[in-house]
Amino acid sequence: MGHDKRTVLIGNGQGFWGDSSRGPVQLARGGGVDYITMDFLAEVTMSIMQKMRARNPDAGYATDFVTQLERILPECVDRGIKIVANAGGVNPAACAAAVNAVVDKLGLKVTIATVSGDDVLSKLPDLIAAGHPLENLETGEPIAGHLDRVQSANIYLGAFPIAEALGRGADVVITGRVTDPSLVLAPLIHEFGWAADDYDRLAAGTVAGHILECGTQSTGGNYDQWRDVEDLAGIGYPIVEVEESGTFVVTKKEGTGGLVDVGTVTAQLLYELGEPTRYLTPDVVADFTSIQLSEVGPNRVRVAGVVGAAPTDSYKVSISTQDGWKTTAQLTVGGPDAAEKALLTADILFARIAEDGVTFSEEDRRVEVIGTNVLYDGMLGDAPAFQPSEVVLRVSVRSEDKSAVNRFGAELASLLTSGPPGLTGFAGGRPRASEIIGFWPALIDKTQAQGAVSVNEVKA
Amino acid sequence: MSTTVQLREIASARSGDKGNDSNIGVWARSQGRYEFLVEHLTEEVVAQHFGALCKGGVTRYELPNLKAVNFILHDSLDGGGAASLRTDAQGKTLSLGLLQLTLDVPEELLA
Repeated sequence: MGHDKRTVLIGNGQGFWGDSSRGPVQLARGGGVDYITMDFLAEVTMSIMQKMRARNPDAGYATDFVTQLERILPECVDRGIKIVANAGGVNPAACAAAVNAVVDKLGLKVTIATVSGDDVLSKLPDLIAAGHPLENLETGEPIAGHLDRVQSANIYLGAFPIAEALGRGADVVITGRVTDPSLVLAPLIHEFGWAADDYDRLAAGTVAGHILECGTQSTGGNYDQWRDVEDLAGIGYPIVEVEESGTFVVTKKEGTGGLVDVGTVTAQLLYELGEPTRYLTPDVVADFTSIQLSEVGPNRVRVAGVVGAAPTDSYKVSISTQDGWKTTAQLTVGGPDAAEKALLTADILFARIAEDGVTFSEEDRRVEVIGTNVLYDGMLGDAPAFQPSEVVLRVSVRSEDKSAVNRFGAELASLLTSGPPGLTGFAGGRPRASEIIGFWPALIDKTQAQGAVSVNEVKA
Repeated sequence: MSTTVQLREIASARSGDKGNDSNIGVWARSQGRYEFLVEHLTEEVVAQHFGALCKGGVTRYELPNLKAVNFILHDSLDGGGAASLRTDAQGKTLSLGLLQLTLDVPEELLA
């Protein structure tokens, strides 16, 4: 690489499963980074993947990752760019096998590692029997009475198992559930040899990971000062340039669009933040009130002064549960008195299914006339005097009874010929019940689980 | 002398979800504006602005280093994530709702 060896450059090319393939392609093309990280996992993603694996033992990972790797891997191998991704989902081994197939097809020589050990679904009964109640952090209730509803259970692992995989020569590291910032912290631990009790630097690497983990949300995307952001279409994915001291610069590639300034970095630091002095990971407790930001050039923000403390004795466990069914029906209502007709339409819909004895309580139904301040429950004041000549009606229901939810969905189409005038936009077919996935956050003693690293070399 | 303006004239914000809670980070570009936020953008003011939308109360944390305050709106997402029936189940637009709060702001802070 052409830069100072004491600086490590890490770009994040994927903020979630469904993000654009532009990210990894942009970061790989022409080089300029040492590592590309890719974050695919949200809480709901794990339970979706668990269901995929139940149907097919070779499924349960982020398939986009494999497609994206096929595009960038030749250039990454050529330039020595390493890749760290939590694309493994609930099946890192199957993901690695799929990547192996791509490597073979491309005729490359790549060392692939997996990090697992996060999946504790099959261990839950034993853990409970051994005196770990896995109480819900919000309600205090033990999980024991709800095991029949559990669909997945994953510990959030930290950065050290990933760093170990890199230390064993991995070019591509595929993980299951790890804390999002671990993907960025791990290469820094590997490159700089940061120790497990070097809390300030582990905290700095964690902050770098937090800034990168949502991709372009740190480079001008979803930014309230959007008029200041040039070329959103060509937005650059974020890169950190990290010194051995832990001080780093947030930037993006030359020639890309978007913006990196104190505002865009502050916005991402505050995103999904809880108590700022206690940002918890398995590796460190980072203090976000210690972070110092300064602009050191166009699209360059320096981050310094980060303070950390020893981690807690627990891993966070995310358990997903089956919590019933829901669906959403949507119609567009045009013409005079559109909002009034939309409300009438919703009333008719509920009256008709009630003829079949299907009802939903007030808290299990929601009527939104989009265009009338429904995002804010009317808190921004009374509806404006201007009445739009079109609105979107969105009606949602939920229930433990799947058939009740489907009965609701089946009644929608009839409204086009039997409701008030101007109903249209019935597209996408009959709304069907989809499963509600609930989350049961809990803690578990760190002695009860650990990351497992597996490294395989694939020959050309 | 003060003028009634929307919060967005003196601050920026981003919001997201934490289970069934949402968080809204609000920050200012100057020390004077930050101190104004600390004094006037209180838990009570934010709770009153969101009214029935926020069912579990508001907690505020201060980040003077970022000239920022972080609000947690407890029980504000109708169950959150996959369970919520709200269009904005993850609270992504709540920051823009808070930025439309009207406040009496000293004119020297608007310059």
